[in-house]
Amino acid sequence: MSLAYYPGCTLKTRARNLEQPAVASMEALGFKLNEVPRWNCCGAVYSLAEDDLIHQVAPVRNLIRAKKQGETELVTLCAFCLNTLKRANILMKEDIAKRDTINDFIDEEIDYAGEVKVVHLLEVLRDELGWEALSQKVKLPLRGLRVAPYYGCTLLRPREVAIDSVEDPTILREFLEALGASPVDFPESTRCCGSYQVISSPDDISGYARLILDSALSHGAETLVVTCPLCDYNLGRGQKELSKKSGFREMPLLYFTQLLALALGLGPQVCHFQLNHGSPELLLKEKTLIS
Amino acid sequence: MSVTISPRKLRREFVKKVKELSGQNLQLCYQCGMCSGSCPAVSNMDVSPRQIIELARLGLEEEITNSKTFWICASCLACTVNCPRGFDLSRMMEAIRLLTLRKNIDHIRPEDISPQERCGLPQIAMVSGLRKFTG
Repeated sequence: MSLAYYPGCTLKTRARNLEQPAVASMEALGFKLNEVPRWNCCGAVYSLAEDDLIHQVAPVRNLIRAKKQGETELVTLCAFCLNTLKRANILMKEDIAKRDTINDFIDEEIDYAGEVKVVHLLEVLRDELGWEALSQKVKLPLRGLRVAPYYGCTLLRPREVAIDSVEDPTILREFLEALGASPVDFPESTRCCGSYQVISSPDDISGYARLILDSALSHGAETLVVTCPLCDYNLGRGQKELSKKSGFREMPLLYFTQLLALALGLGPQVCHFQLNHGSPELLLKEKTLIS
Repeated sequence: MSVTISPRKLRREFVKKVKELSGQNLQLCYQCGMCSGSCPAVSNMDVSPRQIIELARLGLEEEITNSKTFWICASCLACTVNCPRGFDLSRMMEAIRLLTLRKNIDHIRPEDISPQERCGLPQIAMVSGLRKFTG
């Protein structure tokens, strides 16, 4: 089965360790991720100002490209891209006046009115494949690996784009269970990592990271699973700062797609662990999940 | 914090612009403080999110623009999903940021980011940060 796929900028460079295990895993599961032709940056953050329509043009152009291909669904991997594309899509569906202005301005051959459904890869696994079917495809169960599921912000907020319950999300826990891992629930799983503040207030980031990581650690996690390249960066960067101080134990970070690829028996070669923070290979070797 | 309220300080134009840009009805807020309680960055702010709403309602532009609160906000939307009145504070924070940025006053310059940091930053950080902090 073929799925229209929007990668976004970071997945082609810093976050190849998020994208490549996803592409390989989906193929092993019988899905082909087809990149939308001529995709452009979605803008990373959704514009929150009523009069700022120009920043809606970038995400809408991507949605138009998907529609032109005859697609009814667009899959994203990056949590930021999901949020921006999905919110722009809702705007085009529900706000007639703004939709007309944006369509007139863009002036492509076709108009757009929110026809393409924007989904995250985790939703495809849950809703189109199903956890039961996924668990049956697992060749190397991640037994004994204690993983804290970290959602961050953009998969769950605002409410209208949430891929799961805003207050008590379970999608990552269910995903980890299907792979045979041991999920470790912790109270800071939806707490913000500091996001784009890393460019203006970098000193605050280690404080945000510490709360999240200490909480995961104290609940018994050995690693944290992330879905967003900015969470990955901030939580990794924060650890580097914190490790200079005493009393902090570093924790490796993993993308959910890397765990998926490992469990499907695709091996470390598609995972690009060299791009991860905290050398997860040591932990994975200890658990005999890689050699 | 204590503030002095007087007709001379009140900026009706500011209140109007905040309402227009955010699309939010400032009168919805009943000052319960759920926004401040759920904000992960509140300890780094000088004026709490709840106080920002009240200052905006009073039209106290200077008290707001002299604070660093709206530059510390990471638009994580914890306040938005937790507000019992359906007030979207993230949109109000954006409106206040834009009222400064649209005067052609940027909050950061790319060259102010240390070269070491700049090399490591993923695109997603640069794009989102420059979107939020430059006009």
